[in-house]
Amino acid sequence: MKDFPYSESKDTRSGFGAGLLELGRTNPNVVALCADLVGSLKMGDFIKEFPERFFQVGIAEANMIGLAAGMTIGGKIPFTGTFANFSTGRVYDQIRQSVAYSSKNVKICASHAGLTLGEDGATHQILEDIGMMKMLPHMTVINPCDFNQTKAATIAIADHQGPVYLRFGRPVVPNFTPADQKFEIGKAVMLNEGKDVTIIATGHLVWKAILAGKLLAEQGIDAEIINIHTIKPLDTEAILASVSKTRCVVTAEEHQFNGGLGESVARLLAQQLPLPLELVGVDDSFGESGTPEQLMEKYGLNEQSIVAAVQRVMARK
Amino acid sequence: MNPFNYDTEQLLNVAHQVRRDIVRMVHAVNSGHPGGSLGCTEFLVSLYFKQMTHKPEFDMNGVGEDLFFLSNGHISPVWYSTLARAGYFDPKELATFRKLNSRLQGHPATEENLPGIRIASGSLGQGPSVAIGAAQVKKLNGDDKLVYVLTGDGELEEGQVWEAAMYAAHHKVDNFIWTVDYNGQQIDGPVDAVMSLGNLRAKFEAFGWKVLGCENGNDFAQLLPVLDEAKALSGQGQPICILMNTQMGFGVDFMMGSHKWHGVAPNDAQLQEALLQLKETLNDY
Repeated sequence: MKDFPYSESKDTRSGFGAGLLELGRTNPNVVALCADLVGSLKMGDFIKEFPERFFQVGIAEANMIGLAAGMTIGGKIPFTGTFANFSTGRVYDQIRQSVAYSSKNVKICASHAGLTLGEDGATHQILEDIGMMKMLPHMTVINPCDFNQTKAATIAIADHQGPVYLRFGRPVVPNFTPADQKFEIGKAVMLNEGKDVTIIATGHLVWKAILAGKLLAEQGIDAEIINIHTIKPLDTEAILASVSKTRCVVTAEEHQFNGGLGESVARLLAQQLPLPLELVGVDDSFGESGTPEQLMEKYGLNEQSIVAAVQRVMARK
Repeated sequence: MNPFNYDTEQLLNVAHQVRRDIVRMVHAVNSGHPGGSLGCTEFLVSLYFKQMTHKPEFDMNGVGEDLFFLSNGHISPVWYSTLARAGYFDPKELATFRKLNSRLQGHPATEENLPGIRIASGSLGQGPSVAIGAAQVKKLNGDDKLVYVLTGDGELEEGQVWEAAMYAAHHKVDNFIWTVDYNGQQIDGPVDAVMSLGNLRAKFEAFGWKVLGCENGNDFAQLLPVLDEAKALSGQGQPICILMNTQMGFGVDFMMGSHKWHGVAPNDAQLQEALLQLKETLNDY
């Protein structure tokens, strides 16, 4: 098992803020909108340096999505910022018609996704957003794993023509992705090569997968760990190549089973390589208040859950 | 500068033909929305043949052009016909309206790259937000042209339009003219019976808008001066709203003033009766 050194833990939302600031300096067409959450989205540095390219919308997310769609007409690249819940479920029809169906170059940037939002509880802990967004034709869905990868993803999506959903979160997590690692949309990142099982993780669960890999190594299990930061389009080639070798797979994500990464992988395998699959995710349930760590444990989204899933799936080989 | 800059007689000629196109289009597929389309014919014809600086060659970004967004996308027949008659595409293509593999979808869409359409609409209430975004980008780009949006009046029951109304006033989006097709009708009946809008002028004024009225939006003599006045009021720190009274179904006597023709196509006999009332001025497609 490879080592993944890191010097500090940071929140992925700060990676977004840092990426947005850099885009402000390098791409004059980038504009930003926010629905009364500039602090939470870490947009302050961009706003300070580029006040004329920032649009405060107030607590009116539907309007924000429409405004962003309109701002593409004339050549701008709008980045919208609010919580993941208000970025998706609240404005699904606006995204569907004005952004996705209209193929507008809008980047929907969503923080505080999933259970790791913590104490605010289920009203804010969206676990359905990946599903909603991946169902939309034309939409690209990205869920990076740490600060550096979120920063790189933020910068990369500005060069991608078309709507993108970029999902990140609130908690600090080890920042292990090399700062100079190129972000390629739709390209899986091979973290650890192994032969016994493939663990496919996205977002905050990538670090949990690394921790699980270490625990598994102690049991003599050699896990291949893949970071799928782009859920749509899915890197089917990388997944099939890995599973062809390991002959079983576990997916891990901070999302419902329904509509998530695991479901996409299940479809791929069922059609092209039917081999045992186990999923780590939330089983048709809302979250609740608690600390992120407590919630990840209670809802089965920590490294122990991944280890248990690996044991189950390997027994089915 | 408008590429046509027609006088009233020429505008009337276009309007007659657009109305013929509308009833023929919806009749041919036995579906679509003739009522609001007929009611907004003078408005659309005025924009494209008199008011707006625009290029029928069509460029999505529309830099240096006035832009029009149709929020109440169900009245697509009047927009398609007006665009075709203004040279955006061949009027013959109107015959494909609502048919399989057509660029003329039931509701306007960009998916098939129909010239003149910049955003999909149909699900109501989204157009003002989109148009305001486009207007703000015009300012960012140093483009002094205007952005127009048309909504229905029943459409104002959607909450998003009031988010947009609040936003445009707060951000002083003064290169933006929002016209409300104030025909008092919606699918389930008169707006006042379904969900009263109350004092609409006072509502917009309270939101910080300049509000103009048009007593009869089916009369070019009344509509054109209001459109001129709206343009003259731009650039003064406030967004502009026109409450435009129209009659749903205007121009076809048996369709006029009733919500019953909101989304119903005429049958063969009704089509003939309608066409007798509408002079063919620019050759039927």
